Amino acid sequence: MNDKLYRTILFIAALTIPIVCGGVVYALITDAYDAFEHFGFFRFLTSSEWSYTEGAEQYGALPFITGTLLTTLLALLFCIPFSLPVAFFVGEYFKGSRVASILSTVTDLLAGIPSIIYGLWGFYTLRPVIITLNISPQGSGILTASLVLAIMIVPYAASLSAEFIKMVPNDLKESAYSLGATRAEVVRKIIFPVAGSGIFSSYILAIGRALGETMTVTMLIGNTNNIPTSITSTGNSMASIIANQFGEADGLRLSSLIAIGLILFLITAVINMIGKMMIKRARIS
Amino acid sequence: MTLVLVLAVASCGGSGTSNGERKAQELSGAGATFPLPFYNVVFDQFSGVNGDAVAYGGIGSGGGIRNLRDKIVDFAGTDAFLSDKEMEEMAPVIHIPTCMGAVVLAYNLDGVESLNLSGEVIADIFAGAIKTWNDPRLTALNPDVNLPAGAIIPVFRSDGSGTTFVFTDYLTKVSPMWASNYGTGKSVNFPTGQAAKGNPGVAGIISQTKNSIGYIGSEYAFAQKIPYAKIMNQRGELVEPTSTTISASASGEIPADTRTSITNADAEGAYPISCFTWMVIYKEQNYSDRSREQAIATLDLMKYILSDEAQDVTSKVHYAPLPAKAKELSMKNLKTVTYNGMAILKD
Repeated sequence: MNDKLYRTILFIAALTIPIVCGGVVYALITDAYDAFEHFGFFRFLTSSEWSYTEGAEQYGALPFITGTLLTTLLALLFCIPFSLPVAFFVGEYFKGSRVASILSTVTDLLAGIPSIIYGLWGFYTLRPVIITLNISPQGSGILTASLVLAIMIVPYAASLSAEFIKMVPNDLKESAYSLGATRAEVVRKIIFPVAGSGIFSSYILAIGRALGETMTVTMLIGNTNNIPTSITSTGNSMASIIANQFGEADGLRLSSLIAIGLILFLITAVINMIGKMMIKRARIS
Repeated sequence: MTLVLVLAVASCGGSGTSNGERKAQELSGAGATFPLPFYNVVFDQFSGVNGDAVAYGGIGSGGGIRNLRDKIVDFAGTDAFLSDKEMEEMAPVIHIPTCMGAVVLAYNLDGVESLNLSGEVIADIFAGAIKTWNDPRLTALNPDVNLPAGAIIPVFRSDGSGTTFVFTDYLTKVSPMWASNYGTGKSVNFPTGQAAKGNPGVAGIISQTKNSIGYIGSEYAFAQKIPYAKIMNQRGELVEPTSTTISASASGEIPADTRTSITNADAEGAYPISCFTWMVIYKEQNYSDRSREQAIATLDLMKYILSDEAQDVTSKVHYAPLPAKAKELSMKNLKTVTYNGMAILKD
């Protein structure tokens, strides 16, 4: 009797999540349908017009897709030189030491900081620096948003990478040392090939985090609806345009914003799926 | 799943501090951030009258109207009156002007303490045609000011906004170039510069960014101590936004439903980017299970805002009191409000 009850509860609880997820997708698709029907799916994806003029409304997602992909890729680029050394420090060079555990705790702490705090820091500290260095006159823009995003995703990339680096079997490393390999050679020829796909997957998950980040990006990207022409120009990401405009949007504009949400959902889902697949491969090998 | 900011609509009485007529109510409204500093004071005072609590979400004029259309608020605040088309799409509503205000051109320029601007110059700055602060057209207006050579960074609103509506309404009136390229609206495609959410957002960007200029509600410029420009009105006078110069803009005729734009007013001493800000309520107050008491409380709030006690607050928080004509028309309009088809206010 008890066992049956337990199983029923378990079953219901487990089933709820896919149902909720399915419901979200269903709602996104039905609400986005108007926009896709009005503009056509591919035209919506490739149009750079975002014009509110009543009667001649034109909405296209290209500026925001570019904004999102650009900030995410730049954030990834900026994050690698910091997260990879941390991963090797914690997972290999000072494995198990006190310093390593302090470093990994501090890095993980970064993940717990709310994004509004990152936004404020970017706005009041980083932005004036960008202006003073004459990188861009207004300070906001793709570059500023990417730099802060990079710091935000460091813990995601570093912690997981460190785990995969730790998992490299000692036998392998020791046999390399016994053949006269230096530490650098071990890292290059043993750890990288073995933990490579694991490290790669941790970066994929970090990307997933950067793609959807809203608050920080909205505060720093400049919120203009043009395709960014350089990394210092202002723009809008998919998440930030939704945050900026859903409040008063209705009709076609609301539908277009939801369509952007759907596209963001799909991009994030695909990227996370790739990450999961790579982790699986890493575990098997 | 519709993305709606659900503001709790209280359907029953609150603390029960009754004055014998009715129980204290909880009213909810949403909309314009522009008059928010004024509303904060007035709502606080209003709660002292009958214990009614008012929750007002500063989510922008566009959002407020949408919440009213979704019938989840008692009133909406807006700086842009509803267009005829918008009025047709919803059940009958009335506009109650609550105060007058100014949209100021706030700037951040090292060592510049006073700046003169004209409508056409503002339009060209926001259209990107005037790119630097030492442009001859700016130096001509400011002969005594040493303007820097830096690039101008226009700052505008990223969300739908009544402030944007008032500002672009003004630009449309004074600049044919603006009228044909960008027009008037709560959201307009500004070609250059950067954007932020809400009046506070724009004010924040301006105060943090050298060589920037943006349009905000006057109170936000005062609060953050950002300087703002004198603007040349139709009579060719350079006018600073004050209670007096804002009031001067409303000396003309006001239509019966009070839906009127007073930007670029042809009056002596008038600040040209002045505006009314309104609360919009349904003519028929029985919707979404609202009680009769709640409807009465809503009207009490409107009456209170039109009273001298509330109007006296306006100039203290850098807005301007309503002209007598607007109050008179509004009282008349309030009498048309019904509950189940029966007028709520008696003559």
